Amino acid sequence: MRRLKPFFTFGLLMAVFMLSGCSDMIVLDPKGPVGAEQRDLIMYSIWFMLFILIVVYALTAFIVYKYRDRKNHKGYDPDNEGSHLLETIWWIIPIIIVIALAIPTVKSIYSLEGPPEESKDQKPLVIHATSVNWKWVFSYPEQDIETVNYLHIPEDRPVLFKLTSADSMASFWVPQLGGQKYAMAGMETELYLQADEQGTYEGRNSNFTGEGFTNHTFDVMAMSDAEFEKWASETKADAPELSKGQYDKLMLPGHVKEMTFSSTHLDWVDHATNAEYALDARERLGYEEKIPHSRAAKEEKKKREEEMKKLEESESESESHGDSHAH
Amino acid sequence: MAHAETHDPNTPLEYRSETGRLNILGFWIFLGAEIALFATLFATYMVLEHRIADGPSPGELFEVKSLLIQTFLLLTSSFTCGLAVHEMRRQNVKGLITWMAITLGLGLGFLYFEIEEFLHFIHEGANIGTSAAWSGFFVLVGTHGAHVTFGIFWVTMVLIQVAKRGLTPATSAKVFITSLYWHFLDVVWIFIFTAVYLMGMVMHNG
Amino acid sequence: MKWDEFFVTGDPMIYGADVSIVLTMVGILFYLTKYKKWKWLWDEWLTTVDHKKLGIMYIVSAVLMLFRGGVDALLMRTQLAVPEAKFLDSQHYNEIFTTHGTIMIIFMAMPFLIGLINVVVPLQIGARDVAYPYLNAVSFWTFFIGAMLFNISFVIGGSPSAGWTSYMPLASNELSPGPGQNYYLLGLQIAGIGTLLTGINFLVTILKMRAPGMTLFRMPMFTWSSLVTMVIIIFAFPILTVALALMTFDRLFGSHFFTLQGAGMDMLWANLFWLWGHPEVYIVILPAFGMFSEIISTFSRKTLFGYKAMIWSMLLIAGYSFLVWVHHFFTMGSGALVNSVFSITTMAIGIPTGVKIFNWLFTMYRGKIQFTTPMLWSLGFIVNFVIGGVTGVMLAMAAADYQYHNTYFLVSHFHYVLIAGTVFACFAGLIYWYPKMFGYKLNERIGKWVFWVFTIGFNVCFFPQYFLGLDGMPRRVYTYSEESGWGPLNMVSTIGGFMMGIAFLILVYNMYYSFRYAKRETTGDAWDGRTLEWSTPTAMPPFYNFAKIPEVTGLDHFWRQKQAGKVEKLKAEDIKPIHMPSNSGVPFIMASFFFVAGFGMVFDWMWMAIAGMIGVFATLIYRSFEYNDGYYVSVEEVIETEKISK
Repeated sequence: MRRLKPFFTFGLLMAVFMLSGCSDMIVLDPKGPVGAEQRDLIMYSIWFMLFILIVVYALTAFIVYKYRDRKNHKGYDPDNEGSHLLETIWWIIPIIIVIALAIPTVKSIYSLEGPPEESKDQKPLVIHATSVNWKWVFSYPEQDIETVNYLHIPEDRPVLFKLTSADSMASFWVPQLGGQKYAMAGMETELYLQADEQGTYEGRNSNFTGEGFTNHTFDVMAMSDAEFEKWASETKADAPELSKGQYDKLMLPGHVKEMTFSSTHLDWVDHATNAEYALDARERLGYEEKIPHSRAAKEEKKKREEEMKKLEESESESESHGDSHAH
Repeated sequence: MAHAETHDPNTPLEYRSETGRLNILGFWIFLGAEIALFATLFATYMVLEHRIADGPSPGELFEVKSLLIQTFLLLTSSFTCGLAVHEMRRQNVKGLITWMAITLGLGLGFLYFEIEEFLHFIHEGANIGTSAAWSGFFVLVGTHGAHVTFGIFWVTMVLIQVAKRGLTPATSAKVFITSLYWHFLDVVWIFIFTAVYLMGMVMHNG
Repeated sequence: MKWDEFFVTGDPMIYGADVSIVLTMVGILFYLTKYKKWKWLWDEWLTTVDHKKLGIMYIVSAVLMLFRGGVDALLMRTQLAVPEAKFLDSQHYNEIFTTHGTIMIIFMAMPFLIGLINVVVPLQIGARDVAYPYLNAVSFWTFFIGAMLFNISFVIGGSPSAGWTSYMPLASNELSPGPGQNYYLLGLQIAGIGTLLTGINFLVTILKMRAPGMTLFRMPMFTWSSLVTMVIIIFAFPILTVALALMTFDRLFGSHFFTLQGAGMDMLWANLFWLWGHPEVYIVILPAFGMFSEIISTFSRKTLFGYKAMIWSMLLIAGYSFLVWVHHFFTMGSGALVNSVFSITTMAIGIPTGVKIFNWLFTMYRGKIQFTTPMLWSLGFIVNFVIGGVTGVMLAMAAADYQYHNTYFLVSHFHYVLIAGTVFACFAGLIYWYPKMFGYKLNERIGKWVFWVFTIGFNVCFFPQYFLGLDGMPRRVYTYSEESGWGPLNMVSTIGGFMMGIAFLILVYNMYYSFRYAKRETTGDAWDGRTLEWSTPTAMPPFYNFAKIPEVTGLDHFWRQKQAGKVEKLKAEDIKPIHMPSNSGVPFIMASFFFVAGFGMVFDWMWMAIAGMIGVFATLIYRSFEYNDGYYVSVEEVIETEKISK
């Protein structure tokens, strides 16, 4: 027992740590029904797992302590080959645990495919989210506006995200609102999320997409319905229109600041049906990815960053934009 | 590595040495891996078959005549390959070499028509880079064709050894293994014939 | 191609690596020449077909790769120790985690296990060698050359940087141009040939070369686990071969399997990769299970509990391993039905694994447990692996996985399975069979230090990562902001990582120390073992393993003989001439040609690739025409080797 003491002390410390730290961890601190359903499932499973760990550790401690090789060793039975009863028990118990876990899992899988139960009768807000290395482009087809790297959504109303990508396979994730889903070129995936509280939540691409992956992030601002409507109509009225030329520059790999436009790229391209658009745009701009480490790559990168800066400037030129962008 | 030789006259020659027995078993297992390999290629083709981008669909370009000639040549070669092994069992070196040579000839004929067909497709504007569907087609059918090509070289090498050394437990095991390989390629072709060509043509025309 | 593209330039760490590589090479060449070791190297090692020597070479290579992969890991941990660190830039970090993953799985875990299988399995089944000794050498050399090809990437041409999973279209020419990704494709392809051949070789060996009396259900558990592993290899590796080939076609020959253009399908790559990748996980865990079974039984001085249940659970796991691959991308949007089915199959795989845990525990029940270092690693395995197991079940619950996916929760989970499972087993097995390979044990006192430092470091490193994951830290980010609040736990994790690094150094020191000072074994039975590998009279078995092939009457035959006091003494009249295979330099040469071909493909120099492949075929033809039936070891030589008094 003495030998295993560090293990148990450590395990105990960790368990305490885990339970006390729950509310601090963002996945376990959801701000919407989707995330809440997942949090409940996670917590439900954690209790089972702790039970399994306790049984295994207690059994290990007992056996290792009792049957360690020592003087006056008792109960040695070298030819004990097994026991049908015991083995049946530990075939059946895991099966029961798996069933107990499978039922709520399958239920949740099905329920997460649609809008949250509590707001089934509301018409969801549709937003197209397009990933392009390493930015997020959000189109609001009903409002006919487009944002880059930030989102405004109304609270207490389901949002249907239609996800796609202009190049690499990305994953759209707002941990405090709910789990992620892949965004892939040439196809569309759907994800329902909803915020129950006003506030700003961090969102990001969580699937590795190369050099700029780490900063492939965006902010989600949940606000009241009225505020959202106000923001949308002001944006429509004041923000500049998105030109094809500007959009082509967005297709270059790189980072840009948050941007706002009063029209959407869906007018001329939907990446869910056109996987080649970004590559064509890069070709039009004379851009070609270079071998990393090479001098050419460094030059190319500099050129790209300049293009990005120019793009940001062209968007900022519209003066009234500053107000509508405030968050 | 045991080296026991069996001298029971009822045992086929290729099974008489321990090495021969082990090699034949190992080759059967290797064919299991080959099945996994071709299964993956078939699955890939099935998934990509309809992703033709702006190019033609495979079913559109397939031609019955070339297909039937290729199929006939390869199926016949499998039959003559069987006859060759039959001759080997009768200790008839000359018969073995003759039938195997015919097998090779038929294999070469198959390759000729396959390459001609590929060139035809390329001429019609369908190459490996045309679309996912054609990538799948060329790599699946091409892998089979590469196997046949490899087989032709391999059988030739083994025949040279038989001609030099006569039929021994060692050479006969090699002949037997190449024959397994050859029959396997025939089976794969039957799947290509059905799953790629027939289904492709039916889907295009029907 | 320009020089600044061929050589990786601009990074002082890379220049340091260049210098140390050149110095090491010069040092080795100097040593070999000065002490006239060239002939010894060629005769004893480069041309050997002896499964024990090949096994040792596998293990030595794997330990070197563990060092390389470990350095990668520590570089990453250093970069992540504090927020906004500037130690590595993004591209460099991406290359390092890509090579870390690839090397640890393909060039460390697998060869380590295959090395131990090579050394042990023929001895455990009472055979003199494997079914195809020549092919065994081909396997080793293709693996080794594949590993070398992959490893030179960081000084020549640049390392791959699309992750060990190499998801398309990120790994395509358009987004990751240059040789980096080609190194991944060709290195794995060449090494994969070796793995497939090993699979066939050992399957036939285990099926056909067992000593008389050793029925399938009398085989030691490690042999059983190897058998099952080989079956998985045979059906899984061709999938990898095809997947790699298709991506190679995409990158070099303009096809459109997974590309953005030409209606390619990136999801197909993910599916093919994991159709191989998940079975691969079991390829590296089942032999580990086998080793723990042997070690726990030996040091509990007790028969394995539930022998048949252990076998059936392994077979079940092997079958399931092909039916769960979708759980690697529940977030791809395959629909509720698909996700539900794969959720359930994945959770179900936990059932046989759980059964095995209880069987190990009850092997110790009513035993006489000795805390030797191999046993400590085995106990450490049970305690830590369970954490990896239960978090695996949590990840299997698709609806919850949407939150764990791509986070440190996942990273921590698979390190808990792969380190506590595979790496602990590699250490345990290495220490356990060390006297079989080298004739002396590793020092137990130092060994216990290694165990405690490593195990504690491991937990300190990876346990916090579960919480980082739940706090939303994604994997593969090269840095994070101060505000994220991930700093403290990352610092803890880094400290744990360095503890593991220190433990590795102590392990290497232990090898040196024991080489100098350990007491040499005088019998073949260093641990009072149960299975046939311990029955050889000398500590290290002679090259023919057994002067007389043993006859087996039951499970744990050797142990039972010892209990009954009936261990047979070898008699001179029992000895007959022994047939053995000849050494051959062809496998080494063939693998060298593979290197040439692979290097040519990496740089898209087709002339070089074709020349290399011609070389490969030339060696194949040479081998086909070579009729070398091996040779016989005379009775006198055997008597001499075995030191039998007449």
